[in-house]
Amino acid sequence: MSLLQKLSKQLSEYQYKGHQFSCLPMTGEQEVLRVEVSELKEMPIFVTVTDTQIICIAYLFNKDEIYTAKEPELNQYMLELNVPIPLSSFAIVDDYYVIFGALSCGSTLESLSDELVTLASNSIDSLQALEEFIK
Amino acid sequence: MNIITKLLTAIRGGAREIGEAVVDTQSLRIFEQEIHDSKENLVEAKEGLTEIVAKKMAAERKLKSLQSQITENEGYAVQALEKSDEALALEVAAKIAKLDDKAETLAEDVASYEKNFSVLKSQIQEAEKIIAEHERELAMVKTRESVQQATKSVTQTISANESSIGSARDSLERIKQKQENEQDKLDAGIQLRKDMDGDDLDKKLKESGIKHEKHSAEAVLARLKKK
Repeated sequence: MSLLQKLSKQLSEYQYKGHQFSCLPMTGEQEVLRVEVSELKEMPIFVTVTDTQIICIAYLFNKDEIYTAKEPELNQYMLELNVPIPLSSFAIVDDYYVIFGALSCGSTLESLSDELVTLASNSIDSLQALEEFIK
Repeated sequence: MNIITKLLTAIRGGAREIGEAVVDTQSLRIFEQEIHDSKENLVEAKEGLTEIVAKKMAAERKLKSLQSQITENEGYAVQALEKSDEALALEVAAKIAKLDDKAETLAEDVASYEKNFSVLKSQIQEAEKIIAEHERELAMVKTRESVQQATKSVTQTISANESSIGSARDSLERIKQKQENEQDKLDAGIQLRKDMDGDDLDKKLKESGIKHEKHSAEAVLARLKKK
């Protein structure tokens, strides 16, 4: 069983600060787990495992979805928000603005759950905070 | 060029498969093999280090025992001299000379083991640093690739299935809807509470006789009597 499969099984049976996790493995070149955090389902988290890290990503918006003229301003704000936002950071993957967190592969289930709940909350808050930049 | 500079160059060049752009698959495999080999060498070096320490300890033990033999024999020689037995003293002295010889060789061995030990130890530390550095570089390249592939998987699911990454506007709409629902529930709860509090007050007023029951038996009787 891969680490991701193991985590999926453990998460499905786990509760963290009143939240549950519903996990859906996705097929593809890279193993990805789609996780919905209860009460925060609007922003699903995509979990990927590499040799060294567990990477959790929420996709905020595509570059096409933002006002081109406001892009530099948006980038500036996101960089400035990066440090104060707990556990999560902003990034760009291909054409997507994402918010993500990375954990060591040896992290406990509790740390991973904390990461997922925090990331889901941060992604919802960020999306609302950055609404003016979205078409 | 450091690895982050290489990554940046690849991103600037618009490379999609970053791993391929930074180092081709073949070199990536060679790089991984190198790390693997270095690690094996490191294990061997560590075993060598243990061996040297063991040898050094054995030599030191022997040296100690030789030194106590020398001290012992020196005592015998002095006693022989006290008894004016020159011949015996000379024989003992010859033995001491031999022991001295051995002790000197052993002391040289110990010194050489010590030198080897420190050289090997600094080599191991150096190798460990290099391996950690290579692993960090490799992790960066591989992580970038994994994340891109994961994103590909996620975006492909959108087109194949229901949306996995829906549009930001849709997500915002859903978030707003949920928050409104929650606010409605909260308001409903507050209203319910108010209603219940109101009921309480009514009850109290009726109990104290300030407010009368609308449909009390007395009221009905009074109404009937009027007819």
